[in-house]
Amino acid sequence: MTRTMTTYSPGDMAEFARQARVHILDAVKHANGGHVGGPLSAADMLAALYFGILNVRPDEPDWPGRDRFVLSKGHSSIALYTMLALRGYFPVEELLTFDSINSRLQGHPDMTLTPGIDMSSGSLGLGFAAALGIALGARVTGRDFTTFVMLGDGECNEGIVWEGAHVAARYGLDSIVAIVDHNKLQQFGWAGDSPDDRISPYTGSQLADRWRAFGWEVMEMDGHDIPEILRTLEAAKQVEGAPAVVVAHTVKGKGVSFMEGNYTWHSRVPNDEEFALAMHELGESEGGAT
Amino acid sequence: MTTLDQGKALRLAFGETITDLAATDERIVVLDGDTGSSTFTSLFEAEYPDRFFQMGITELNMLGMAAGMATLGLVPIVSTFSCFIVSRAHDSIRVLIAQPNSNVKLMGGYAGLLAGMTGKTHLMFDDVSIMRAMANMTVVAPVDEVETRSALRVIIEYDGPVYFRLTRPNSPILFDDDYEFELGKAVTVREGADVTVFSTGTQTSRAYEAAGVLALDGIDVHLVHVPTIKPLDVDAVVAAATKTGLVVTTEEHTIVGGLGGAIAEALGMNAPTPMTLHGLQDVFGESGPDGPLLDKYGISTEKTAAAIRDAVANR
Repeated sequence: MTRTMTTYSPGDMAEFARQARVHILDAVKHANGGHVGGPLSAADMLAALYFGILNVRPDEPDWPGRDRFVLSKGHSSIALYTMLALRGYFPVEELLTFDSINSRLQGHPDMTLTPGIDMSSGSLGLGFAAALGIALGARVTGRDFTTFVMLGDGECNEGIVWEGAHVAARYGLDSIVAIVDHNKLQQFGWAGDSPDDRISPYTGSQLADRWRAFGWEVMEMDGHDIPEILRTLEAAKQVEGAPAVVVAHTVKGKGVSFMEGNYTWHSRVPNDEEFALAMHELGESEGGAT
Repeated sequence: MTTLDQGKALRLAFGETITDLAATDERIVVLDGDTGSSTFTSLFEAEYPDRFFQMGITELNMLGMAAGMATLGLVPIVSTFSCFIVSRAHDSIRVLIAQPNSNVKLMGGYAGLLAGMTGKTHLMFDDVSIMRAMANMTVVAPVDEVETRSALRVIIEYDGPVYFRLTRPNSPILFDDDYEFELGKAVTVREGADVTVFSTGTQTSRAYEAAGVLALDGIDVHLVHVPTIKPLDVDAVVAAATKTGLVVTTEEHTIVGGLGGAIAEALGMNAPTPMTLHGLQDVFGESGPDGPLLDKYGISTEKTAAAIRDAVANR
């Protein structure tokens, strides 16, 4: 059997990210619930991963040699489901079963249900630890795939993240690439000058500095610039002797003007008017996903 | 009077056995939570340094990493004190091990009342209740070194998460060397006609000795050891309870939701039987030497015998 390798251009990936944003909002609207802001901030990076970086076989989701991806910020599940569907793991139509009874597409990822999900997650920080275990297990069993794990910046509040960061550096776990979706907002977070003004959990270089202090090789990138994402993740893969983390500067709610940088869109269902406006901004003139 | 010979600590039998098994089972890796010098995973490290991973004091992370390693076909044996596995790392166990049915073996060291004068924080005797409530989880509490060795072989072959209860002190030997542990099966260790006693873990040795004391008083105890608390051997429990029509459960564990709770559930649904739940009484522990702790908290051989005697007298 021969496999035809399809290669995708950065422009293709940007288009998949655009389609993903449409499907994310469509699924959340349809389910009348779900997260929006985090999935939108992660969409470009997921498109680059699934169409440019990860060595995977959608027709053979459990292929042992595949690169692993763990979405530790599991509440952004709909973004991952959307990318898996676009990549061919399951039909795009199935996205509308998100969060409904008996669906394979649970609110938070379930490795026992969904093709292409390498690890269950949802309670923040746990997916990161599991990803480190996959990378360590790969070393023990002599496999050379890369394990990618995406965390949120709010997730970095969790103590387990720094437990794992310490142990991974201790073992020089260089087959792991962590990506922190630094979208500068969490669900509610700390208040700024007024209660309506919520501030970033980490300011300036704080997040990068912390990872560096824990012994990780730290890179930074614009998490919405596809060529830069591709370059940075490839470079992170090449790091030897230490675990690598990419702090991705992103905008929560990216792609829909009134959701961008607004913490209330962490999890919120757009009303009909908001939905139509969002679809228009995302280039869907008919006001719905195709 | 029946007195059992003193044997090894279960933790020592554990360290020796996993080291033996690793010789022929390359899937075995050990993750240690900085307690290997107490739990005897040190023996494994000395023999297999490349398959021993010091996780430091990062229990939540350690259990999560074990789940990740299990996805590659490894059998991670995670070892630290019971309190740190069950309480500290509960979230990782629930989401990454129990829910996906990950093949991770959880070794709860220093479980129960007798944990070397550590006191309330370390004395973990609600571990069975907590782990038993978790779907997909198997819960095993061996009585002596013989059963520990046999059970470890079985649970490492079993595909799924297991919580294994290991105690600190040297433990009396109940079983002959040819004893073979069967997962999910209760074991009758003494035939009797007057009262059925169910016991688990190292408390079974005290229950056995208590039965010997009671025999002198003319009370004939039917003693059933229940090493697998989940899944419970319901058929054996019902049969043994029905045989005498009177039940006492005894355990080095809280009576809330442990072995006694499991048996009350099974009998309540299948064969309602008058019963007494004997064990630790919805309290936390304290520091102290083993003997005074067993006496104060009411689970010494003498106090176990007294509890059974009272149940028979009040029949």
